[in-house]
Amino acid sequence: MQKVIASLNIEVNDEGYLTDFSQWNKAIGEEIALYEGIVMTDEHWKVIEYLQDQHRKNVPLSIRKIGKSGVVAIKDFYRLFPKGPLKISSKIAGIPKPVSCV
Amino acid sequence: MNNHSDNKAPVKKMLLILSKATLENVYAAFVLANGARMEGIESEIFFTFFGLEAINKKRMKNLHVATVGNPAMHIPTMVGGLPGMEALATTMMKKEMDKLDIPEIEEFLYILSASGVKLWACKLAMDMFHLEKEELFDELDGVLTVGDFYGRAEGDGTHLLFI
Repeated sequence: MQKVIASLNIEVNDEGYLTDFSQWNKAIGEEIALYEGIVMTDEHWKVIEYLQDQHRKNVPLSIRKIGKSGVVAIKDFYRLFPKGPLKISSKIAGIPKPVSCV
Repeated sequence: MNNHSDNKAPVKKMLLILSKATLENVYAAFVLANGARMEGIESEIFFTFFGLEAINKKRMKNLHVATVGNPAMHIPTMVGGLPGMEALATTMMKKEMDKLDIPEIEEFLYILSASGVKLWACKLAMDMFHLEKEELFDELDGVLTVGDFYGRAEGDGTHLLFI
């Protein structure tokens, strides 16, 4: 379905995840974040860029891998995205919802 | 799902009680506690009886899969009891878990702690097994009585799970 995000018509699924990553831009990420109650900072963006990079390389994401990446410690990952770090950061990054259980 | 209507009560907190130290039970508790945090749900684990082995610094590296009395292993009980069977099954399970990016017990405990999972040891079980706090995982949040633990269950949307 389509949703207007940052004044653009964006394709999203019923949970609000972008279905076409090529439509993503920073303003879209910012607006999704605000909807989730998050004001983006450089620290947040660093994580988002890492997630998008992994997505481009087709690497499945998990909390463990992110903790080991050197980009963000697990504790800080939860501080930045408290309501569900992997889920919410992926939504902001415009990538699919991760299927990992760890 | 973000759209909770008024008559739906979202899960807000998971309190897990781990009473066993077989690898499959410990991982069940850890995956559930971690999975709750990943969904933004609070979670805590109360380690009691044999569950204490999972936070015992000396013992946590040597936990095994149960091969006896476990029909799902598809090994006859008599064979499951042969020397080396538990070790073999454990090695096989650990290999599969590693493929799925599931960490070993100690690393998993650090992940749980960093993720905000509260880890509690049961006072009665510690007394029973003559365990001191120093022998347990360093990031433990404390030692509780059963009453203390129930006290942590206050509030709507709290669920308790015995493993």
